[in-house]
Amino acid sequence: MGNISRRSLLRAGGALVVSFGGPLTGLLPTSAQAASAQETSAQGASALGKPATGPLPDQLDSWLAIQQDGSVTAFFGKMDPGQGVDVAIRQIVAEELDVPVERVAIVMGDTARTANQGGASGSTGIERGGITLRYAGAEARRVLLDLASQHLGVAVDALQVHDGVVSVIAGAAGADPRQVSYAELIGDRHFDVPMQWNGVYGNGLVARGRGEPKRPGDYRIVGTSVPRTDIPEKVFARHQFVTDIRLPGMLHARMIRPAVAGSVPTAVDEASISDIPGARVVWKQGFLGVAAPREWDAIRAAGMLKIVWSPVAPPFPGNAALYDHMRAAKPIARKELVKQGDADAAIAGAATIVEAEYEWPFQSHASMGPACAVVDARPDAATVWTGTQKPHFAAIGVARILGLKPEQVRAIWVRGAGSYGRNDAGDAAMDAAVMSQALGAPVRVQYMRAEGTGWDPKGPASIHRALAGLDADGKVVGYRFDSRGFSRTDIETNESDPAHSLAGQSMGMTLSPTQEFGIPTEPYQFPAQLRAWETIPPLFDRASPLRSSHLRDPVGPQLGFASESFIDELAHAAGADAVAFRLAHLRDPRAIAVIKACADRFGWQPRIAGSGHAAPVGSGAGSDRVGTGPVDTGPVGTGPVGTGPAATGRGFAYAQRGQTIVALAVEVEVNRATGRVRPRRWTVAHDCGLVINPQGLRLCIEGNIAQGSSRALWEEVTFDPAMVTSLDWIGYPILDLIDAPDAIDIVLLDRPDLPPSGAGESAIRPVAAAIGNAIFDATGIRLRRAPFTPERIKQAVGVPT
Amino acid sequence: MSEHIVLDIDGRQHAIDADPDMPLLYALRDHLQFDNPRFGCGLGQCGACTVHVDGAPKRSCSLPVSKVGAAKITTLAGIGTPEHPHALQSAFIHEQATQCGYCLNGWIMTAAALLRDKPHATEADIRDGLTGLKCRCGSHLSILRAITRAAQA
Repeated sequence: MGNISRRSLLRAGGALVVSFGGPLTGLLPTSAQAASAQETSAQGASALGKPATGPLPDQLDSWLAIQQDGSVTAFFGKMDPGQGVDVAIRQIVAEELDVPVERVAIVMGDTARTANQGGASGSTGIERGGITLRYAGAEARRVLLDLASQHLGVAVDALQVHDGVVSVIAGAAGADPRQVSYAELIGDRHFDVPMQWNGVYGNGLVARGRGEPKRPGDYRIVGTSVPRTDIPEKVFARHQFVTDIRLPGMLHARMIRPAVAGSVPTAVDEASISDIPGARVVWKQGFLGVAAPREWDAIRAAGMLKIVWSPVAPPFPGNAALYDHMRAAKPIARKELVKQGDADAAIAGAATIVEAEYEWPFQSHASMGPACAVVDARPDAATVWTGTQKPHFAAIGVARILGLKPEQVRAIWVRGAGSYGRNDAGDAAMDAAVMSQALGAPVRVQYMRAEGTGWDPKGPASIHRALAGLDADGKVVGYRFDSRGFSRTDIETNESDPAHSLAGQSMGMTLSPTQEFGIPTEPYQFPAQLRAWETIPPLFDRASPLRSSHLRDPVGPQLGFASESFIDELAHAAGADAVAFRLAHLRDPRAIAVIKACADRFGWQPRIAGSGHAAPVGSGAGSDRVGTGPVDTGPVGTGPVGTGPAATGRGFAYAQRGQTIVALAVEVEVNRATGRVRPRRWTVAHDCGLVINPQGLRLCIEGNIAQGSSRALWEEVTFDPAMVTSLDWIGYPILDLIDAPDAIDIVLLDRPDLPPSGAGESAIRPVAAAIGNAIFDATGIRLRRAPFTPERIKQAVGVPT
Repeated sequence: MSEHIVLDIDGRQHAIDADPDMPLLYALRDHLQFDNPRFGCGLGQCGACTVHVDGAPKRSCSLPVSKVGAAKITTLAGIGTPEHPHALQSAFIHEQATQCGYCLNGWIMTAAALLRDKPHATEADIRDGLTGLKCRCGSHLSILRAITRAAQA
């Protein structure tokens, strides 16, 4: 046992592996950009040259600990926003170590205890975050088997592990009773074993040891539906959210925002709140907040404080003029990401030309609870409790806004309301930091509903122009897809730079927006094609309620709505069935398998969309130039189906996000009298490589479909020249239970031969197109502007009453 | 001006000094640390703050604390425990219902009143009765399955 005794003891509790405040101030290498996911590249670029926080990734002890009782603690530098990523990571670790999954605990998103794996980002929790935990599990098992071999005097290949106990494989001589547990081998001690780290922080971080992970064919825990541990805590009212953090001497704070974007306080009358016990004001240029020992007093003070605001010209065009403004705006960046052949020439020479433009509005995170953060800022250190997805970056940002070094700030992720990108949580942490420093006390900032929905970063509005030419056989000969939108990174997708927060921008920090959008990524085999994007300047550049950033599957729902609606329009123009048309233009065997699985399960019978249920394939009109307006009421070949108030139709759409492939078929009911659209029945076929937890994956897919339906049917940020006007659940409605589907039938194409590729955002991408295509099938009306609200439906297809 | 107010919460009396116009939610959360009613909107539009007041589901964010009087307040912690779970609590665990769970309080507390009044509620009853509650994660179907399961328990 000599090796064991030399290993240093874990600290009490065994969890704090590397002391917080370690020497982690080096520059990130350029390989930070190596990971190819969209989110990663945007984040990698911004993180370049920034100091990091957290334990060093090149030590096994930074990833795993074996406690005195033999239980395992995994240290995960991402976190679980509610899809059970933590369970999947525990399964991966338990699998490699051969311990029961119940014996694996997980620490997530605490910058003092977990390496910076980028937080929740780009659906990479399992895809990228799981890689290192798998390698760490394999390495720990290798080390433990070596120790067991020495301890038992038996060669490693004669050993086996069962439930954390190493024993001797029964040989020709019969059973061998010798055994030793992980706890006896190393419990409560460090491994002191290095890992080979690729030098990258964030999503691209990979560290591996010498231990070889198991082959998927040997999995017993991965691939099973292990239940979540947080749900019992939540239903029995024992789960702590970030809103529930309390510190001695803590003040409650509320922020005060202008009624006209860009206006700043020019005079603040502190005497106006002098009657409120302990109420205090923090005012720094455009930054204004109030605090009080009691939460209700802080809310009252925010309402009563007398402020004189600077007169400014209202900066916005108003949402009614949004798309006109966007068409007239001068682009500031353009990228042609797929350019193959001469698309324009191919289209010009085609037998049939189809052209359409699609429009997508600004959308809000509208998180279930407005953001909350607690910060205890001291002269030489600060602690942040935050619901942000990216606590390591929040720690860096808070350090900067407070004038501290990153290693002086510890950020602790505590679950907040569900988070789907760069929501208001990133701003709340900065606000709380500034307030805490100014007041010399721990401060809890919670936003009000109007701030959460009105002032959160928005998913960018966009216009998509699609143009294609078909030959006489209905095959695409040329294809162009041009998007114009606001940048998805007008503010950065993590909060490591306070200039990208409301607090920083309100206090005059220098702006540094970047230009990013995206293109459709489905691998249709068009002989000549151009897929491009351009971005236009933000409507207002500083502390704007319409600043844009990442909202779930950043720009994917926009792109998927336009590109997969357009494929449907092409199929119709070609007189082809929507599924057959897609298959005719695809070669990727995985995509073909997913599309076929979806169509089969749904019971998809080939016919032309909008042709009722009778017309055979091949009889389409193949009209020249289909209309380009937001609503097309022009000829569609065979005309609308039915004449009563209720019409039903079916739609299909498909998406490829990274290595994950999703196909959707949906049956919708359109009520012409009320304008309500209800997707009744969904079929989803989903291939994200190896499935870790089937039940968790199914529930995650369901969430994608429901949230995607909400965005397709209901969600649109409204604004007048002064300010966002959609400020609550009336002004910004989301999907209601009454509109939820009857069923979502999910076909999982498990691919144990392929690494897991992420499921957090893939299925949301094609939802709007599937619904829009089904509305067309039901009514003969093509909707090219989202969302498909009752008002728009009535306007487009309504039966006069 | 502050008033002395006594509240009966989950079977115990609690005294606070507070503005009579303060919504009940802040008495529960800030004064008494009953954290499970959650602030979602402060406008009575989402249901995350729901508690029972003499058995009726009420949005505590919009109910002045002085209007509660001697009524009995029940929170999620008061309807069941791991040892003696409410049928809805068991059903939510069984169905793994909700994702982030910030909205969960509203669904369980509102459904508990619905199922008490209509023990064999159908799916249509549940959809009608609970429409207006919000869930941002899109967990509607798992919530519906859980409540339907509890109704059949």
